[in-house]
Amino acid sequence: MADGQSFKQIMKNIRIIPRLDIKGPNLVKGIHLEGLRVLGKPEQYAKYYYETGADELIYMDIVASLYGRNSLLNIIEKTAREIFIPLTVGGGLRTIADINNVLRAGADKVAINTAAIRNPAFIKEAANRFGSSTILISIEAIKQSDGLYYAFTDNGREYTGKEVVAWAKEAASFGAGEILLTCVDNEGAGFGYDSNLVRQVSEAVNIPVIACGGAGKPEDLAKVIGEGKADAVCLSSMLHYDYIEHHKVEGDFSAEGNIEFLKSREIFKKIKSTDLKTIKTFLFDAGICCRHELSANLMRAI
Amino acid sequence: MKPKVAIIDLNMGNLFSIKQACAHVGLETFITSDAQEIKMADAVILPGVGAFGNAMEHLKEKDLIKTIHEVIAQGKPFFGICLGMQMLMSESEEFGRHKGLDIIPGRVIRFPSRGAKENVIKVPQVGWNQVYLADQFKLNPERSCWSDLANGEYMYFVHSYYVIPQNSNVVALETVYEDVKYCSGLVKNNIFATQFHPEKSADKGIKIYQNWAKLVEKSLIKSILLR
Repeated sequence: MADGQSFKQIMKNIRIIPRLDIKGPNLVKGIHLEGLRVLGKPEQYAKYYYETGADELIYMDIVASLYGRNSLLNIIEKTAREIFIPLTVGGGLRTIADINNVLRAGADKVAINTAAIRNPAFIKEAANRFGSSTILISIEAIKQSDGLYYAFTDNGREYTGKEVVAWAKEAASFGAGEILLTCVDNEGAGFGYDSNLVRQVSEAVNIPVIACGGAGKPEDLAKVIGEGKADAVCLSSMLHYDYIEHHKVEGDFSAEGNIEFLKSREIFKKIKSTDLKTIKTFLFDAGICCRHELSANLMRAI
Repeated sequence: MKPKVAIIDLNMGNLFSIKQACAHVGLETFITSDAQEIKMADAVILPGVGAFGNAMEHLKEKDLIKTIHEVIAQGKPFFGICLGMQMLMSESEEFGRHKGLDIIPGRVIRFPSRGAKENVIKVPQVGWNQVYLADQFKLNPERSCWSDLANGEYMYFVHSYYVIPQNSNVVALETVYEDVKYCSGLVKNNIFATQFHPEKSADKGIKIYQNWAKLVEKSLIKSILLR
């Protein structure tokens, strides 16, 4: 690693973050944030990801903002008892009290979307109270016919009129600690991240950007880190499918909505089920550093 | 006899994970911002996320500055985490100038926004980074809670500011972020402090709690024998 560029790339450790979408007590997964299918209990998946090398976890309560519900506290507490990596929680957090409740339950950071869009000064208030690094701004981006990306709320349903790059800059100036950037068109589809969008945002702000939405194979992660300049990468389906392949999902979910997936176990063909260790080894071979024994050895040697 | 550890509550952020990490290594804890309760403890943890000024303000309001000085002077094991490490210093430049606890002479400064080659440095540093045991502590890693840990182990960091102790002999652990090599852990007598969050650093971080718990137990036995 002689030249400065690749050395720099090695210096910075990219975070690999499983994202778990939660509806009530269950882990769910949709496509483009819609058509949710029940996959099991989030805390069981979380434990598996923790043990296999996840750098952080994100829990997103994806119906909370529609029904004003916030039943996450119980799941957060169960998770924080045995999982010692950072946990970010998002979905329906509208007030300082909401944020305080999830932090007290054991979350380390919160992801805010709607409340920040409605009142950007809320970011400042929350950052002053809990520290910038605790406050992530979640942006659900959809490309419009004018070629620009706009921020949406409510799982990509509500148009806000905020152009994504400008909004990311504004959020950072109000004291956001990180940007969680979900490309709704790619989400759950397995054809890769939108590296173009991620790069635009990552270069516009000087806070970390977490790319989310679209991972179908390890190559997709390498691309959004290399071309998209993502500081961290979020993924769901690839890991969830791997979990299901290796575990019996316990419990009766018959009263809990769409369980077709659990019955058929037919995985979406565009998505290659892969575990975290395999992903991290792949990234290392692609010249990308993350928390991994191979990276550690290399850095010790330099 | 089980040592009792006070976790100082600054009313900001997540204390649950610190409590769980302690429970994991057999330490009994209580979360408090009451001076009397803190004085009763066998050991003290000062955690902290958020703004330096706010946190110091909170300590002042609760009249805890003197209390912290007292428990440290008594020789009780004291563990500062993240902002809790920074607050031990003389002053911080975070949002203006703020006086710290001034227990370890030194300053708290912000990462530069540009590196030597005009490269953009993202601040805060968020994520895993490697931690190296400083040469001067290599012979007795147990003092910096580094027993059974490899040099260059990954720990989890979230911070925009870092400490520069006046006296470099307190520097126990070191880390490099972008162009900056800085002190990520310090040891002075009964004080141990880390810039990273061991309670967020998976099994290796829990090992640090385990090592600290050993120091706490030793200290308790010593204090009983001296009674």
